[in-house]
Amino acid sequence: MTEQERIQKQRTERASESTPPVTVDATKGDQLKADLDDLLDEIDEVLEENAEEFVRNYVQKGGE
Amino acid sequence: MSVAKVLGIETEYGIAGGPDADQIVASSIIVNAYAQEGRTRINWDFEGETPDMDARGLPDLTSFAPIVETHLANTVLTNGARLYVDHAHPEYSSPECRTPLEATLYDVAGEEVMRRALMVANEMIEPHQAISLYKNNSDSKGNSYGTHENYLVSRNVEFNHIVRAMVPHFVSRQIIIGAGKVGAETEAGLDSDPFFQLSSRAEFFEEVVGLETTLKRPIINTRDEPHADAERFRRLHVIIGDANMSQVATFVKLGSTALLLAALEDSGLGAFPAMPRQPVGAVRAFALDPGLKYAVLCEDDRERTAWDFQDELWHLANDHVERKGAEAVAGPDEVQLVLTQWREMLDGVRDDLDAVADRIDWVAKLRILRGFQERHSLAPGDARLRAIDLQYHDIRLERSLAQRVGLRALHADYEVREAVHNPPEETRAYFRGQCVARYPNEIVAANWDSVVFDLGEGPLQRVPMLDPLRGTRVLTEELLETSATAQALLEALDR
Repeated sequence: MTEQERIQKQRTERASESTPPVTVDATKGDQLKADLDDLLDEIDEVLEENAEEFVRNYVQKGGE
Repeated sequence: MSVAKVLGIETEYGIAGGPDADQIVASSIIVNAYAQEGRTRINWDFEGETPDMDARGLPDLTSFAPIVETHLANTVLTNGARLYVDHAHPEYSSPECRTPLEATLYDVAGEEVMRRALMVANEMIEPHQAISLYKNNSDSKGNSYGTHENYLVSRNVEFNHIVRAMVPHFVSRQIIIGAGKVGAETEAGLDSDPFFQLSSRAEFFEEVVGLETTLKRPIINTRDEPHADAERFRRLHVIIGDANMSQVATFVKLGSTALLLAALEDSGLGAFPAMPRQPVGAVRAFALDPGLKYAVLCEDDRERTAWDFQDELWHLANDHVERKGAEAVAGPDEVQLVLTQWREMLDGVRDDLDAVADRIDWVAKLRILRGFQERHSLAPGDARLRAIDLQYHDIRLERSLAQRVGLRALHADYEVREAVHNPPEETRAYFRGQCVARYPNEIVAANWDSVVFDLGEGPLQRVPMLDPLRGTRVLTEELLETSATAQALLEALDR
């Protein structure tokens, strides 16, 4: 079995397990928090300024 | 035997702005803007449209059959799609695709079509009338519009079996493909006053089986309009689904549903989980339960959560693929991708939401909603939270929040740009799109199963395409390449 085949096999085996082990370490948590902070900064910038009016004015006719 | 799962998605986009804020006018401007830019102004041919035919056999006299509007803006694109005004929304109906990955590509191409239409349209109107488009399904005030999937199914499968096999999937798949929504907007939903729901559409469903799409919406829609040889095929018209911004979610939505239909065709109902005793109650209750703990009583007297249904269905699909393959759905690598993504999303929603925030729309949306709420100390009903919900689906890149949350892409930008112009190659959409590109002046109308030519003299000539798997590149490219004119094409077809 070549290296590639072995990796492929491992992947397939891993994929077929119904409950793969989930590991969350602290660094991952910190990274996610930092990513979210950056994302929220961006949302602060692009979010429609008058949210109240924006939401109120969005009225659709039904479809389908 | 399962038939090739030819499939596609129709999406009605939410629309705001335009002259006098009239949505029908604004929608027409969008469609016409794109038609002018693309130089394809071809009518839709309504011959063969029978939206009031009921798959259960008899016309349902108590139902309101949908009304087909023939006077609104309408065009066929060179990629084989239809772009038109449906009620008061611009709608992109993707071309027929051969696999879930391809259908995902053409769904994303639809977003790009709308983006381009929007740019052209907004240059034609006053700045204060600027139009914006949203790939979503409701206005948070009780008005909903649809994202419908279509799957080719063998006529040999009893409709009743489709109902029993697919209801468990349609009530539960929202836990991985729901687009998420702030609050509630129907009487039923408002009773529970939720902060958030997994699906934007769930609360609009009122029946298990039925013909309507606009009121008393059913979990299984019975519209029996195959747009193909009705002796051999059905088209399962799935109206219970959210518009996804996540490409992976769209892919798993299509892939899981196609695999289950193929399993039903090949092996029958045997392995499918029992239906919930109250499917409508189940779909609504599951939507209101991001913790995924709520269980419903099923017809075999067992209780199942939405996760339990999905887990059983995943195993059913996986077993089917191991035993019989799934050539009807896609090649082996793509089928494996459906199964691994479906599995990862299922395990993610149970064990580690952050791990799937790059794939599941409701998870991505809830993450920014909670973060934003905490950062600004907002009350649950704050308009800014609803604004985030709406803007998640904004088509404009400079406004879209979905573009910013780190969703995984399945298709490169260049592939999407090509799919805006070029049709899929393995269905009849190839022939339709190529005809529109090559002979735009001679085509007077087209629809899913024919193209109609006007050569200037003599009667109109209809080229029927009743088999979705013919009219492919392999079958028609040489004919098209050697037919410099529509007349030459029709003469060659006559021979």
